[in-house]
Amino acid sequence: MKKHKILSNAYTALVMAFLYAPIIVLMIFSFNDSKSRNTWSGFTLRWYQDLFHDEEIIQALMLTLVVAVVSAVFATLLGTAAAIGLNKMNKRLRSVFMTLNYLPMVNPDIITGVSLMLLFTYLRLKFGVTTLILAHITFSVPYVVLNVMPKLRSMDKHIYEAALDLGCSPLTAYFKVVIPEIMPGIMSGFLMALTFSMDDFVVSYFVNGSSSQTLPLVVYSQTRRRVTPKINALSTIIFIVVLGILVINNIYSARKEQQLLAGNRAKKEGH
Amino acid sequence: MKENILISLKDIAVEFEDGHRVLKGINLDIHDEEFVTFLGPSGCGKTTTLRIIGGFAEPTEGDIFFDGKKINGVPPHKRNINTVFQRYALFPHLNVFDNVAFGLSVKKMDKKLIARKVKEMLELVNLSGFENRNINQLSGGQQQRVAIARALVNEPKVLLLDEPLGALDLKLRKDMQTELMRIQKSLKITFIYVTHDQEEALTMSDRVVVMKDGQILQIGTPQDIYNEPVNAFVADFIGESNIIDGVMYEDYEVEFAGQAFKCVDKGFAPNERVDVVIRPEDIIVGDYETSPISGVVESVVFKGVHYEITVDAHGYKWLIHSTLSQEVGALIGMNVKPFDIHIMKKMEVR
Repeated sequence: MKKHKILSNAYTALVMAFLYAPIIVLMIFSFNDSKSRNTWSGFTLRWYQDLFHDEEIIQALMLTLVVAVVSAVFATLLGTAAAIGLNKMNKRLRSVFMTLNYLPMVNPDIITGVSLMLLFTYLRLKFGVTTLILAHITFSVPYVVLNVMPKLRSMDKHIYEAALDLGCSPLTAYFKVVIPEIMPGIMSGFLMALTFSMDDFVVSYFVNGSSSQTLPLVVYSQTRRRVTPKINALSTIIFIVVLGILVINNIYSARKEQQLLAGNRAKKEGH
Repeated sequence: MKENILISLKDIAVEFEDGHRVLKGINLDIHDEEFVTFLGPSGCGKTTTLRIIGGFAEPTEGDIFFDGKKINGVPPHKRNINTVFQRYALFPHLNVFDNVAFGLSVKKMDKKLIARKVKEMLELVNLSGFENRNINQLSGGQQQRVAIARALVNEPKVLLLDEPLGALDLKLRKDMQTELMRIQKSLKITFIYVTHDQEEALTMSDRVVVMKDGQILQIGTPQDIYNEPVNAFVADFIGESNIIDGVMYEDYEVEFAGQAFKCVDKGFAPNERVDVVIRPEDIIVGDYETSPISGVVESVVFKGVHYEITVDAHGYKWLIHSTLSQEVGALIGMNVKPFDIHIMKKMEVR
């Protein structure tokens, strides 16, 4: 029995090491006082200083955030509206449109990128922030639909009718009752759109302008010359931020679950 | 209950997209301050009828009138009608106060007035002090009360209730029945109630509308429906019944179970085949030698007020409710008074 335990623990440790060793190495070397990628020569924060003085990277970061927020907001609005519309359709039509919705997600990024580039050229759009945002909206919308749809499907249909019954017009009923009810789905759709936008390299590669490079593009072009530990520092910061968001999100949902449990307990205790 | 007609349904028919006809010509007048119950098995069209009155469904044919005005096509939020939904449909993101206040705040009523009205309404449904509770912290019965308060606070002329007590346990259901009757009497508004529970319908209503397959079979007071069911289906649905094949020899004389009986019905063709309906409590148990029908006791079940006795007589299983117990296997006699024999035309649909 005990032997099994040791084995399974060892196995877990191995998997964890495999997953996180690269990141840990990267983090350690972001504090390394030399450009070497394999010998440790003392602790420094120099690379972090350099990073914040690198205009190109700071600009790219700002652009990435702007593109991510703007495209995620629009994708969330469009995706939520689409999900509500799809939900009202009859079964057959809905399954057709849901399949159309899935397609861009399984479609290779490179095809999405090239086709958007061709489309924007055809429309004579100037490549830059606008094309970046349009492209990011395009690939984010399906994910929002995918997140909102289950919330709509599992919602009690009568809630919408109850709002109508109590004097709401169909539009106010949606804003006062349906939207709050599906808000968790909308939020996770928004977050997904946000991360996919910040993460994207391939599509952005085809639709960016020379003066509008997102962070992944800048990092890529810098590493092509020579990987400076600045990139290590940047990656470390991004990793810590993402980790922070994840932890906050988990604490939040754990609290929600506890509230629900407490509610159920109160329900059982008395009528 | 007043004399004037508040809601009138004229030849209402509903056909779904797949061609299924859920309602086949419903005609019904509902009076002001009346408690009307739509009673029937699931799929009989009772909920659809309610949804048409509420404005959530449109009839394919026919007209609906409210206070004399045709209201076909008027959306739910423009009708002076509120609904208590099956499973309550409370808004989970709002607390008890905001749920009840919802309709009034949509109408942009003064905040102080809303607070007062909500307080009064929560008192009416015995939920004072629950204002700040979350919906998911309430029991089924409490949620039910919130749903009723939320609808009634808008002071509708009509309250629609779609199987509102279906999810509650028996004891709570009985309490809520009494409570709903009290509320209806004190507010003097029309209640239209949908249920498949015949006992609930008989207990609460001024009038019961028995429905089956999209048609109205019978409209009447609970007493009428129970004592004078129009056909064997209604008789069977409203309480338990013995339904036996019979032949009407002539007026006031019927034959069933191999015997001729005097009865109080007339107007059938000579030797017409009929359904004979006899309530289990109307069967008189007697000596087998002197009684017209005799049979062997198959089972005896104690039900509290009475014993439920099954008797096999020539292959037909008779159901008897009696305050006296019988020995299983004993040979007993059964008799029925002419007044308790109900003769019904054979149903075309079954």
